[in-house]
Amino acid sequence: MSPQEVSVQEKKPLSPNEERTEAAAFFVPYTDVHETADDVIVTLEMPGCTRDGIEITVEKNVLKIEGSIDSGAYTDVQPIYTEYNVGNFTRSFTLSTQIDSGKISANLSDGLLTVTLPKVQQAVARRINVQ
Amino acid sequence: MVLRMNDPFANLFRLQRALDKASRNDWFGSRTSSRGAYPPVNIFADGDDFVLVAELPGVSKDAIDIQLKRDQIRITGTKVIDYDDKASVHRRERQAGQFDRTLSMPAEIDVDGARATFENGVLRLNLPRAEHEKSRSVAIN
Repeated sequence: MSPQEVSVQEKKPLSPNEERTEAAAFFVPYTDVHETADDVIVTLEMPGCTRDGIEITVEKNVLKIEGSIDSGAYTDVQPIYTEYNVGNFTRSFTLSTQIDSGKISANLSDGLLTVTLPKVQQAVARRINVQ
Repeated sequence: MVLRMNDPFANLFRLQRALDKASRNDWFGSRTSSRGAYPPVNIFADGDDFVLVAELPGVSKDAIDIQLKRDQIRITGTKVIDYDDKASVHRRERQAGQFDRTLSMPAEIDVDGARATFENGVLRLNLPRAEHEKSRSVAIN
């Protein structure tokens, strides 16, 4: 079977009810969410974002992830042909009570932000053996 | 009197407007159209030279291969998404797979002087124009 080719995914702008007061356009990062035995892992594509530009907050069970890009890389050059736009990223998720919000950790590598949300101990599935 | 604060987002907004304007042009002309293939690229002019920027989040540097020949650039590689076998997937928006894109620049590139960097998932190629492609001014006697 021939290898699958990656197709272009257009940058997702914020939906109309998520508008912000700043004039600049914000984008919604493409995100995968998967769950292992102990954690829920959220993987977001945020190319151009630096570690200092990432802000992850949890407030009232809402996880908000914001990332700002380094637009300084574009100061001395003139755009002549463009296929995509650049901008900061933002996305929010409502967490279930099964997440231990005090132990959330995050790792940024090659523009990919991985947020690990450990499950509260009681939420970890237990297998019960039959005697 | 209105005090204008230095708004960091104003710079970003200006950059976004400039990028929007540059997309509505016919830069590649009648050469092979490269639109629609991955990764999408932005091309900038830095004086006589070109800067090509592409976003490849989650791709590792070793998985990217860049070939340069005269006026053609070929970017190939593989984007891998690998989750634990025993994981259950709740949401899947990212895509994985191979990519192979060739672009023709309007002028030949000085291949030895080309430089590539890959930082924060952004690939940046500095492509100096070849010497024989640079224009020279002619003095009027």
